[in-house]
Amino acid sequence: MVTEIRNYTMNFGPQHPAAHGVLRLVMELDGEVIERIDPHIGLLHRATEKLAESKPFNQSIGYMDRLDYVSMMCNEHAYVMAIEKLLGVSPPIRAQYIRVMFDEITRILNHLLWLGAHGLDIGAMTVFLYCFREREDLMDCYEAASGARMHATYYRPGGVYRDLPDTMPQYEPSKFRSRGKLAELNATRQGSLLDFIWAFTERFPGCVDDYETLLTENRIWKQRTVDIAIVPPETALARGFTGAMLRGSGIEWDLRRKQPYEVYDKLDFDIPVGTNGDCYDRYLCRVEEMRQSNRIVRQCVEWLRNNPGPVMVDDAKLIAPRRETMKRDMESLIHHFKLFTEGFCVKEGEVYAAVEAPKGEFGIYLISDGANKPYRLKIRAPGFAHLSALDAMCRGHMLADVVAVIGTQDIVFGEVDR
Amino acid sequence: MAFLTELSRAVESLLGDTVLDSVQSRGELTIVVDAGLIVDVCTTLRDNTDTCFEQLIDLCGVDYSTYGEQDPPRAWQGARYAVVYHLLSVKHNHRLRVKTFLNDDMPMVASVIDVWPCADWFEREAFDLFGIVFEGHPDLRRLLTDYGFIGHPFRKDFPLSGYVEMRYDVEKGRVVYEPVSIEPRTLVPRVIREDSFGHRDS
Repeated sequence: MVTEIRNYTMNFGPQHPAAHGVLRLVMELDGEVIERIDPHIGLLHRATEKLAESKPFNQSIGYMDRLDYVSMMCNEHAYVMAIEKLLGVSPPIRAQYIRVMFDEITRILNHLLWLGAHGLDIGAMTVFLYCFREREDLMDCYEAASGARMHATYYRPGGVYRDLPDTMPQYEPSKFRSRGKLAELNATRQGSLLDFIWAFTERFPGCVDDYETLLTENRIWKQRTVDIAIVPPETALARGFTGAMLRGSGIEWDLRRKQPYEVYDKLDFDIPVGTNGDCYDRYLCRVEEMRQSNRIVRQCVEWLRNNPGPVMVDDAKLIAPRRETMKRDMESLIHHFKLFTEGFCVKEGEVYAAVEAPKGEFGIYLISDGANKPYRLKIRAPGFAHLSALDAMCRGHMLADVVAVIGTQDIVFGEVDR
Repeated sequence: MAFLTELSRAVESLLGDTVLDSVQSRGELTIVVDAGLIVDVCTTLRDNTDTCFEQLIDLCGVDYSTYGEQDPPRAWQGARYAVVYHLLSVKHNHRLRVKTFLNDDMPMVASVIDVWPCADWFEREAFDLFGIVFEGHPDLRRLLTDYGFIGHPFRKDFPLSGYVEMRYDVEKGRVVYEPVSIEPRTLVPRVIREDSFGHRDS
């Protein structure tokens, strides 16, 4: 008897918890083995680039938060860096340290969400809850500095919006909370934001140890990740991989070290590199990156404690005046009016500014024709290049491995679809 | 920037007359090449040991039709479309921007998908948003816009609000498309001020 061979075409998503947003996959299957995957993206396309072209430069910073909505400040960073490069200004050193500190806090935030979601996808429920516990503290840091827990709009061309606060908001008494619990919650919130971050960095390496205890030697975790979606280094380069996807394949490439921006050249940190290029190595890389980010944050906190100073360049044509001066000084009033109605004009030219975002190289290509709005803004999102390789990475794997590959790529649709 | 001059010299000796223009600005090197030669240029830049651009970091289209419109002396004279390639060499740690200009009515350029496989989606995106046709691309479908979308939305003559809007029709029991009902408006006009405006020095 001849066995009938049947190929299935199956639809996955766009609403599926493992799709990490709105990803639609059309998969051709031979039994349970993937023959071909055709990802359909664009379901979250908002034309951010075209919107930015219709707004003054300083009004698009908030849009950048909403691209990769789990690594908000890193996106802002690339955008303001591009504008600064065109304007030829560089932010004060304290602002640079603050930016680096928040970039690394963002990296931890992103990797925590990635670890939790990736674990949840392939069968590890507990780690998700642990990750979100630590994320909460870091969100509070965002809130204390900028007023928003996620979409901060904290970086501005020429520095950061304001200096770090001297006090932390506290939990208030409530009938649902005992006095002892309240004191415990507020224990690390007695000093400044820097003290709060310092307390976090003291305890965070222990938290990472906890996650590792749950996963690193876990038999099920290893069965789901080891030797899944191996990417050789040559393929990783040709496919445009950056960040942990490239380092997992054994290529030591990190913009923070190779093309340092802000103050990364003054800080001490290591770049973890994988050997096999499989999902497990990429997991190990990202976990080690969290520890390294923790190290960088600590160095920044120490520096920031000892070195007060301005956090914005002193340029009335670029930075809005303080409220008090605006109320009594005619010139400041005019500056304020001009900045908020017309914005500032940026010199003609084109630049590409890239940062090492948690997911890889996040770049902004900006063309200005000398106007108060960008002429063309192109966002180079790391996830876009990674997702385009999904087909190549999944071929020959089982259906269940697709979620492991989507997880390991750390896909966020805000930046893929833009 | 010594290393930029060095890279520029290496690129020029490698490509010779193919380089139509070469600009060093703000620590970045841009070369302009003829659209017909793009695949040869890219292959050479990737394979030569002095340049060794293993990675295509980004590829995007640009529509120059309204460039500098608010300041007539700056107005764009050249071809309407451009394709911009951002290359990165991990080995030598340098970057290069390659630009090629395409003619107005039928922008077409050869695909570099055989040089860097990651060009696949980048080219589909540029096709979708600008209508630039990449010859030799095996699967040049729309990528970001809706199924059945008409037009190329990132062209400068495409309105920001688009042409159609979509809603769920209860009677028909499905989603319907209708002509867009909102008026286009500009809150902040686009202006170009001369560089010395307001005595900003630098």
